[in-house]
Amino acid sequence: MPPRELIVAGLRVGYGERTIIDGLELRIPPGGITCIVGPNACGKSTLLRSMSRLLHPKAGQVLLDGRDIHRMQPKALAKILGLLPQNPIAPEGITVADLVGRGRQPHQGLFARWSKDDDAAVAEALEVTNTVELADRPVDELSGGQRQRVWIAMALAQGTETLLLDEPTTFLDVSHQLDVLDLLTDLNRQRGTTVVMVLHDLNLAARYSDHLIALRDGSIRAQGKPEDILTAQVVHEVFGLQCQVIADPSTLKPLILPAGRHHMLEHAGA
Amino acid sequence: MNAVATRRGVAGAPLRQPRRRRLFWLVMAILIVLVLAVGSVSIGARHVAPSDIWAGFLGHSDNVPQAAVVKRVPRTVLALVIGAALGLSGAIMQAVTRNPLADPSILGVNMGASLAVVMGITWFGISTAHGYIWAAILGAAIAAVFVYVVGSMGRGGATPLKLALAGAATSAALASLVTAISLPRADLADIIRSWQIGGVGGATFANVAPLLPFLAVGLAIAIGSANALNSLALGDELAAGLGEKVMAVRAVSALAAVILCGAATAMAGPIGFVGLVVPHMCRLLVGVDQRWLLPFSALAGAGLLVLSDIIGRVVARPGELDVGILTALIGAPVFIIIVRRSKVREL
Amino acid sequence: MNTSISGTATQPGVQAATIVRQERAALIQRLRGARNQRSKQRRIIIAVLSLLVLAMIVLSLCLGQTNYSPAQVWQVIQGHKVPGASFTVGTLRLPRTAIALIAGLSFGLAGASFQTLLRNPLASPDVIGISTGASAAAAFAIVILSLSGTVVSVFAIVAGLLIATLIYLLAYKGGAAGTRLILVGIGVAAMLESLISWVLTQAGQWDLQEATRWLTGSLNGSSWGETMPALIALCVLGPVLLSQTRHLDSLQMGDDTAAALGTRVERTRILVIMAAVGLISFATAATGPIAFVAFLSGPIASRIIGARGSKLIPAGLIGALLVLVADFAGQYLLGTRFPVGVITGVLGAPYLVYLIIRTNRAGGSL
Repeated sequence: MPPRELIVAGLRVGYGERTIIDGLELRIPPGGITCIVGPNACGKSTLLRSMSRLLHPKAGQVLLDGRDIHRMQPKALAKILGLLPQNPIAPEGITVADLVGRGRQPHQGLFARWSKDDDAAVAEALEVTNTVELADRPVDELSGGQRQRVWIAMALAQGTETLLLDEPTTFLDVSHQLDVLDLLTDLNRQRGTTVVMVLHDLNLAARYSDHLIALRDGSIRAQGKPEDILTAQVVHEVFGLQCQVIADPSTLKPLILPAGRHHMLEHAGA
Repeated sequence: MNAVATRRGVAGAPLRQPRRRRLFWLVMAILIVLVLAVGSVSIGARHVAPSDIWAGFLGHSDNVPQAAVVKRVPRTVLALVIGAALGLSGAIMQAVTRNPLADPSILGVNMGASLAVVMGITWFGISTAHGYIWAAILGAAIAAVFVYVVGSMGRGGATPLKLALAGAATSAALASLVTAISLPRADLADIIRSWQIGGVGGATFANVAPLLPFLAVGLAIAIGSANALNSLALGDELAAGLGEKVMAVRAVSALAAVILCGAATAMAGPIGFVGLVVPHMCRLLVGVDQRWLLPFSALAGAGLLVLSDIIGRVVARPGELDVGILTALIGAPVFIIIVRRSKVREL
Repeated sequence: MNTSISGTATQPGVQAATIVRQERAALIQRLRGARNQRSKQRRIIIAVLSLLVLAMIVLSLCLGQTNYSPAQVWQVIQGHKVPGASFTVGTLRLPRTAIALIAGLSFGLAGASFQTLLRNPLASPDVIGISTGASAAAAFAIVILSLSGTVVSVFAIVAGLLIATLIYLLAYKGGAAGTRLILVGIGVAAMLESLISWVLTQAGQWDLQEATRWLTGSLNGSSWGETMPALIALCVLGPVLLSQTRHLDSLQMGDDTAAALGTRVERTRILVIMAAVGLISFATAATGPIAFVAFLSGPIASRIIGARGSKLIPAGLIGALLVLVADFAGQYLLGTRFPVGVITGVLGAPYLVYLIIRTNRAGGSL
C-alpha cells in the first residue's frame, strides 16, 4: 500500500483566545521518519495534535492524501492515521492483550464482533513490539519501557499507514528510549509506516529522523535532513543554545555538543 | 526574605501589599462591621426608631420596639461571633490544605459536627450548651481527619478535587446517618430539623457566652500559627527547609479550625460557605500574608454573617430566611466562579 | 531487543517462515481463548446477578407482615382475585417492587456511566447535584405549589435536565474537563440543598412526610402513576447508554487516546450525560434520591466484574439488588420502619471507607 501524504496548509491553531501557530505550511515525507523538535512551548505538541484532529484549526487545513482530516468521519480517519498521545491512561486491571485489542476499535462495529483480521492484527502487533510474553499481564504491573511498547502495539493494531507520536520517549530511561526508537525504525523500514514524532532530545532526533523539523514560537525555523540543517547557528536560533556540532563517530549523524559555563576547555573551537 | 517579597499568593495578589493599604482596609472593615451591627439591631420585621435603639441597647424594654431591639442584640452578637469563627476557620483550612476550595461545609466537617450533636441529643441526652460544643468539636475533628485521610490517598496526595469529593461523599453519608438517628425520635425531629438549617434566630446571651472562650482559643492559636502558615504555603518540603515543623503546625492549626467551626456549628447549626468566600475576598484586599489575612477573615466573616442575617430578615418579611440558606445561595455561585477561574491543573 | 519478521526464500528460510506462521496461529488461539473465557465468566456473573434480583423480587412479594405463597402471588399477577393477597400483593407490594426494580436499575446504570465517563468513582450523580436537582424541584412542587402525582415527576425531570445542562455549561471552557464538572456539581448541589431546606421550613405537618421522602428516598406510597414514566425512561434511555459502551470504555484511556481511536469525545460525553441524567431524574421523581445507590453500584460492579468487560449492566443489576434488599430490610428487619434511602445511606458510609482503603492499597487514584 503506498504511503499516504500528510500536508499542512496555512494552519492557524491555538487554545481559546491564544494563537500558537499561524500560517504554517508543511509536507511530511511519506514513508519516512519525521521528528519535530523545539524548545518548550514552541508549539510542537500543538502542531502534532492539529495534525491528528485532536485540535480544530482556526484557519487552514490538514490534508491526508488530499482529504481534509477535519471533515472526515473520526472512525474513517482512525483507520488510516494513528496517534499515541502523551500520558495515555491504562484502565485499571486491563491486560496487555486487551489494551492492544482496543486498537481495533475503528474497525469494529457497534457490537464488537472479533473477526480473524482483528485477532491477526493484535497478534502481529504483539510480535513486532516483542510483548508476546507480556500478553496476559496487567498493564499496571509493567515497567515504563514495557508499557510504552504496549501502547505502541495498540497504535500498531490500529493498522494505520501513518503514526503520530507525542513525546514517546519522555520519562523513559536511556536504554528504553533507544528501544522504542529502534522499534519505530523497524516499523518504518519493514512496513513503510510513516512516523511523525515530537522528541525533546535533539541528539536522538538527529540520529533517528529522515526529516527534521525545528520549531520555535509556532513557526518552522528549519527543516530537512538532520545532516543538512543541524548547524550550530540553527541550534542557537531555535534553542538559544551555544553549541558545537560534530559528526557522531558511530552513526555519522550530527551530534550536538552544548557549551555551558563550566568545564569547557579554553580553545574548544567551533 | 526576597522569596517572600516576590512570590504570589493563591489569588495572584502580591504578598506584600503596601502597609498603608492594609491598614486602610482594616479600619474600613471594622467600621463596616460596626455599621452592620447597628443595622442588624435596627432592621427587622418591625420598624424601630433610633431612640428605641438606644434605649433597647441600654436594656430598657419599655415598649414593643425596644423589646425587639433587646432581642436583636444577642442575635447580632451571636452572628458576629459565629461569622468570625467560620471566616477564620475557613482561612485556616485553606492555608493548611493549600486548597482554594476548602471550607468547613465542603470538607464535611460541619456535617461531622452535626452528627455528633444529633447523636448527643438523641442517645446521650445532652442538653447544655457546653455539651453541644464539645460534642460538635469532637465530631468535627473526626470528620476532618477522615476526610483528609480519604482525600490524600492515591496519586497526587490531597488535591482540591479529591478533598472536595471526599468531603461531599462523607457529608452525604453522615447526613444519612443523621436522618437515620433522628427519624425514630419524632419528639426531637422538629428541634433537630430547625437546628440543622443553621440560623441565629432565637439567640440569647446564654447561647453566646459559652462560645466566647472557644473563639478566643481558636483565634489565639491561629494568630500564633500565622507565620508558620505563611511558610507552609510554599510547600511541605520548602517549609521544612525553612525550619518549620510541618506536621506539628498542620495539626495545631487544624485543631484551631476544628474548634472554631465545631463550636460555631454547635450553637447555630451547620452554616456553609462563609469559610470559603471570606478568605478569597480578603485575599484580594490584604494579600496572602496570614498575619493580616487571618484576623481580617475573622472580621469579614463577622460582617458577612450579620449582613446575611439582615438580608434574611428583610427579604422574607414577616418571616425570616435563615442564615444557613442565604450563605449557601450566595456562596455556591462564588464557589463556582472560583472553580471557573482556576486552571484545571491547579485543581 | 528487537524482533524482525523475516522470511526469505531459502530452505531454512521457508522452515523459519512456517515456524513463525505456526507461532502466530498459536498466539491467536491463545488470545481468542482468553477472550472467550472472559466472556463466558462475564455471562455467568450477569446470570447470577439476575437470578439474585429475581429471588429478591419473589421474596419481596411473598414475605412481609403477612406471608403469601409464590403460587398465590402468581395468581394475583395473572389478575385473579385472591382474598387478602389481591390488595396486599397487587396494590401494595407489586407496584413497590416494580418501582424498586426500575429505580435500582436506573440508578445503577446511570451512576456507573457517570463514574466511568468522569474517570472517578466519587463522581456520582448523587454527589454532584443531579439527584439533588430533581429532589429540590419535586419538593418545591409538592410543598410550595401543592402539586402531586405525575406533574411532580415532570417537574423533577425538567429540573434534573436543566440542572445538568447548567452544570455542563458552567464547567465548559473549551471542553468540560471532568475536574471542573465535578466541582461545579458540588457547588450546585449545595445551593439546591439549601433550597430544599428552605422548602422544608415552609412545610406544614402533613407535607413534611412527603417532603422527607424527597430528601432521602423512599418507596412508600408508590403507585403506577409514577412508575410508568420511569419504566419508559429505562426502556428508552437504558439502551442509549448501553450503545455508548465502547466509547465509554475508550474514554477511560484519556480523551486524546479515545479521539485517536475514532471516538467523538464531546458527543459521547453529552449523550451519556443526558441519558444518565434522564434516567436519574425519572427514577428520582418516583422514589426520591435513594442515597448512594448510584454511587455504590459502579464500584461494586467493578470489584465483581474486574477486567472482564463493561460494568454497566452488572451495575444496573447491583443497583436493583441494593434497592430491593435495603427496602426489605427497612420495612421488616429493624425495629422502626426506615425508608429505603436511610438504609442505603447508612450502608454507604462504611462501604465508602472500604472503597477508599482498597483503592489506596491498589495504588489507584480517586
